[in-house]
Amino acid sequence: MPRPRPTADPAVITLEVNGERCAVAFAPHKTLLEVLREDLDLTGTKHGCELGECGTCTVLLDDAPVLSCLVLGLACDGRRVRTVEGMAEGARLHPLQETFADLGAAQCGYCTPGFLLTAQALLDANPRPTRDEIKAALAGNLCRCTGYLKIYEAVELAAARLRGEDAEPARETLYGRR
Amino acid sequence: MLRLPTFTYLAPRSLAQALRGKTEAGPGGMYVAGGTDLYPNMKRRHQEPAVVISLAGIRALRRPPTIRRSGDPAGGGMRLSAGLTLTELHTHRRVRRLYPVVARGAELISTPPLRNMGTLGGNLCLDTRCNYYNQSYEWRKAIDFCMKKDGAICWVAPSSPRCWAVQSSDLAPVMVALDARLVLAGPAGERVVPAARFYHNDGINYLTKQPDEILTAVELPAPGGWDATYLKLRRRGSFDFPVLGVAAWVRWDGDRVAEARIVLGGVASHPQEVPEAGAAMLGSRLEADALEAAASAAFRPSKPMDNTDFTLSWRKEMTRTYVRRALEELRDRHR
Amino acid sequence: MDGGKRAGGRPGGSAVGDHAPAHPPTRPTVGGEGLRVVGAPLRKVDAVAKVTGRTRFADDLALPRMLWCKLLRSPHAHARVRRVETSRAEELDGVAAVLTGAALPMPFGILPVSQDEHALAPDRVRFIGDAVAAVAAATEEIATAALELIEVEYEPLPVIADPEAAIAPTDTPLHDYGDAGNLHKLIHLQFGDVDAGFAAAEHVREDLYFYEGNTHLAMEQHAALADWSPDGKLTLWSSTQTPHYVHRALAKVLELPPSRIRVIATPNGGGFGGKSDPFNHEIVVAKLAMVTGRPVKIALTREEVFYCHRGRHPTLMWVKSGVTADGRLTALHFRTLLDGGGYGSYGVASTYYTGALQTVTYRVDRYRFEGARAFTNKAPCGPKRGHGTPQPRFALEVQLDKIAEDLGVDPAELRLRHLVPPASVTANWLRIGSMGLGRCIQQVVTASGWATRHARRRPGWGLGLACSSYISGAGLPIYWNDMPHSGVQLKLDRGGGVTVFCGSTDIGQGSDSILATIVAEVLGVAVADIAVVTADTDLTPVDLGSYSSRVTLMSGNAALQAAERAREILTTVVAAKLAVPAARLVCAAGRLFDAENPELGLAFADAVQLAEAKMGTVGTVGSYTPPRSPGRYRGAGVGPSPAYSYSAAVAEVEVDPETGIVVVPKIWIAHDVGQCINPVTVVGQVEGSVYMGLGEALMEEMAYRPARRLLHRIPSMLEYKSPTTLEMCDVETYLIEDPDPSGPFGAKEVGQGPLLPVPPAVANAVYAAVGVRIDEVPITPDKVLKALRQQARGGPGRTGPERFPDIPWPEPTVVPTPWEGGDGRAAGGADRSAGQRTAVGSVTPERQH
Repeated sequence: MPRPRPTADPAVITLEVNGERCAVAFAPHKTLLEVLREDLDLTGTKHGCELGECGTCTVLLDDAPVLSCLVLGLACDGRRVRTVEGMAEGARLHPLQETFADLGAAQCGYCTPGFLLTAQALLDANPRPTRDEIKAALAGNLCRCTGYLKIYEAVELAAARLRGEDAEPARETLYGRR
Repeated sequence: MLRLPTFTYLAPRSLAQALRGKTEAGPGGMYVAGGTDLYPNMKRRHQEPAVVISLAGIRALRRPPTIRRSGDPAGGGMRLSAGLTLTELHTHRRVRRLYPVVARGAELISTPPLRNMGTLGGNLCLDTRCNYYNQSYEWRKAIDFCMKKDGAICWVAPSSPRCWAVQSSDLAPVMVALDARLVLAGPAGERVVPAARFYHNDGINYLTKQPDEILTAVELPAPGGWDATYLKLRRRGSFDFPVLGVAAWVRWDGDRVAEARIVLGGVASHPQEVPEAGAAMLGSRLEADALEAAASAAFRPSKPMDNTDFTLSWRKEMTRTYVRRALEELRDRHR
Repeated sequence: MDGGKRAGGRPGGSAVGDHAPAHPPTRPTVGGEGLRVVGAPLRKVDAVAKVTGRTRFADDLALPRMLWCKLLRSPHAHARVRRVETSRAEELDGVAAVLTGAALPMPFGILPVSQDEHALAPDRVRFIGDAVAAVAAATEEIATAALELIEVEYEPLPVIADPEAAIAPTDTPLHDYGDAGNLHKLIHLQFGDVDAGFAAAEHVREDLYFYEGNTHLAMEQHAALADWSPDGKLTLWSSTQTPHYVHRALAKVLELPPSRIRVIATPNGGGFGGKSDPFNHEIVVAKLAMVTGRPVKIALTREEVFYCHRGRHPTLMWVKSGVTADGRLTALHFRTLLDGGGYGSYGVASTYYTGALQTVTYRVDRYRFEGARAFTNKAPCGPKRGHGTPQPRFALEVQLDKIAEDLGVDPAELRLRHLVPPASVTANWLRIGSMGLGRCIQQVVTASGWATRHARRRPGWGLGLACSSYISGAGLPIYWNDMPHSGVQLKLDRGGGVTVFCGSTDIGQGSDSILATIVAEVLGVAVADIAVVTADTDLTPVDLGSYSSRVTLMSGNAALQAAERAREILTTVVAAKLAVPAARLVCAAGRLFDAENPELGLAFADAVQLAEAKMGTVGTVGSYTPPRSPGRYRGAGVGPSPAYSYSAAVAEVEVDPETGIVVVPKIWIAHDVGQCINPVTVVGQVEGSVYMGLGEALMEEMAYRPARRLLHRIPSMLEYKSPTTLEMCDVETYLIEDPDPSGPFGAKEVGQGPLLPVPPAVANAVYAAVGVRIDEVPITPDKVLKALRQQARGGPGRTGPERFPDIPWPEPTVVPTPWEGGDGRAAGGADRSAGQRTAVGSVTPERQH
């Protein structure tokens, strides 16, 4: 039962967040999600259940998508974390960010950071995913707004652009069918 | 947000350090591998270790799969380190080629990010599940708790002296069907147990593993001469635990079944082998009536309880269908 | 805390530029050619913030010295609160304050007729999860621990587990108001001579249907942050769809002047209706901030969000329809019984909505509606996407499928034969404007190959069709007032920028972008030059909120008016300067110029400077009030809307006859949206609606354990099943643009309507595939298998409810129809008076005479 326990001394770890090494002190029972949001002020990482049941808090840990709500902050010492704040290169958006914005793949935008990072990991590993491979890769991220379809289209368009193709969205993606 | 309680965290670099840490921590210590089972349980206060001992930094638990020669004292086959992530397991080329049933079982677990975290060993030790138990502290308080944690009664079967929480690992029935051997390291040294003997049919004491023992590896039998498959029933193609798992294994002698095992997941507190179902197929070519006999034999002892998704009568009904379909798959592949 | 959103404006595709030059001098405000940014698939104004993690949702906010709040919730479904002892919690190190119901005695509720909630239960808890006490502490961990130290003494009371149990008279009613027993609301309306209609029918069907309750499951869990300033001013940031109503509730319960309260709706991480009520946690953190003098935040857990609920009412329905041999409805009799849960919420409106829109899709000349809502000891139900209408839509569309089979008529043809006429008034006095359902049906029928494929089905595979209509905004406000429903202010800057201020709340549907697009269209500037400030009661004029699909039409019309007024100011001064008639001036491409001599003109910024020099600071306002509805009877307040949208869908299903598992590979859907303001956003709303409808059709349900104190069975993301990428079907979306004179540029709603046809289309397709009728949702495999087994034994092959309980219906309010010479009033004087006009069409206690 949740009786108060004496507060432990803060833990201090060093990790690489979005390409920058930083040291951070935090209460040692905190998850990576809490450390990012509350101790590093990186609130771009969202949360929908804190139990590993929705995918909203997905970040890249050493390049692999993981659920930051189930990773202990202490377990991240010396590791590499990428959050949505680190996707853009300087002022230039990542192609996935461009296509998510243009195709309406972000409606309320709350699940979007998790989808973007999962999709980025997919495209890093598989530059030409089929629709089924995209569905499989994103099957751990729930979205209640889009029905996922605009997300698939955004991933496909970004994949094409990352391959250097001069790709544009399909007309029915932007205008529906008439 | 839901947060973890406070605890002491140990990050040993070797098995010996881990075992020592556990000894010092006593009953308040627990091992954690991927954390995908323990941390949600801790957040809902099902499990409240004072000391959490991470196995993630132990190199010996994370070796790539190795093939043993048939001259090996442990027999031929493959050795899988328990600390392999489920993603590493199901994407490994040799695992996919030589043990497709293991790859399939692993690939069907939960979600892609969770498979990047969860481990083979963690899945085999997965806490039994029950929707009277996998609830928040406040929710459980509203029912005066249950015998698995903080309470006295099993709400699934209130007159029962035991807990009926459900074995929900996908790999457990697969390993029992394959007759894999599990390697345990403890303070007194190493021991090896057949997968079937790793589990108890009790929702609370569901493992024969001692609390201070660490599951270090799984030894798969040499491939060849046998075939196996795993079917999983659940509401959605992702996230969900099995409400029924069927692992089917046969050894062929020509076009006839020389040996067979059917192991059910999700319908008892342990992976439940149904020997009658295996026996019903012996000597057959898995023709229709043999399938029906095996499916009926598996149906009879399958006793899902009202503590997972879906109605229990439908889940029981599906045992028949899924066993038949698993065997059809094996038959069709053998042709 | 969140500044104005600078519009992005980069077009989604290369096809449409933001600065397309020449276009005609006269600008149509209803659809048509010549639109520049309206109708273009522009990037939403907040899109970049959302894909970069810069959007600040409520739980992303933190203030110095902020405390964390947790609520202690009832473990009893129904109990008297005898005593609450908080001293041990107060003594815990780090705890700043503990509150109980005594601190907040004033009741509140979204509807004036249902002021039945308390921020913290003072003497009674009515469902497991009802809040009884609150803690503010230095950390969330300490607050959680302190809850354990609060002792509450409960006296359990009899539990009402289902609506049937609520019908009987009782000594311990859940509330001290209601229509009978634990029945919260009873409605009986009759339009025209229904008995004569049934007598004239050549075929009559009676059927029972059940629609299970389900919840919104927005990905963002509700959160709120309150800050109290020693000068007596309160600020609340909250993930709410209705900051105006939260503002009113705070003023009432905290007994503060509204002028000292500022409510800021943060961008909602999904709403779907679940953040439309004022909530106890919002009031509690405000009170705790006042008590402690420190900012206080609460972030609900997922389980707590299930207790907030306000989701779809579980609804039992009985439908009797009379038809002619060719399928025309001669009379309709519809009964609903809603399981309302523990509080009123929007429930009275929800109950009316289960009856109100039956006449808006097909022509129904004679209609009787009986509706009842029960109080039960569960989390309160309320408005979820489609508010009260997916349930009757399911019942009617499945019954029409049966009628079509009875009559040997193609289901699409049957529907096409008796569509409600455009520009007409229905039997229950709803005014129909544009009506594109016929085109919707034809579109999905053609696209899906219905004609050949529906008839030639193969075992286990089938197509099903269903249709629907929905309101574009409720025609009446929730509380009685004569003021506009939406207001917009524009500020024109010397640099050429334009700021739009509006109380509307972006919940992901893109309402901020609608404002920017409409203003950019009228003033001829780039969307990127518009800043949008919304949902802040200190800064923005009132908009009633993001509910009832009202925002595009209402705030859009207000923005249109404000922008047209600004254009008037600019063209007047520019016309004088250039000596050109004002009527010949065009606003486009960031300039005002002479249509006959485009070289002659001024840059937009220069025009603003000219106007400011001549007339002072340039600002305008616009507002929108819906037209008055012709209905005058009590109950006429629910259903009227400035315009109705229409949808038709065809679902393709595969059914495994051995397991009963239903898979939906594809849905074709056509939606009559009037006019797209932004088509990519419209398509997104349609696809999202199909998704949510699919979840309701196949798996989503609020499930309780009746035997275990009426506990929510599965309050988690894992066990409340929502479709993943692997369950979502392919969708072909067709947009029908039939501009409606009431909408801005002809636009109608799209956020909710397209959900409605999905569940019945799936049910009808299941029948086409395997010949069994599943007359309830969700259509789970066990129900399908049960019906198949029953059919194999020679039974009817149906799973669904078997009976509708006896309910003490009141005498009907009889309202003559337009074609009977009625005037919108009830016969015999059961009218509402002008002073009682609200969206719930009922007497408001505040206004009782």
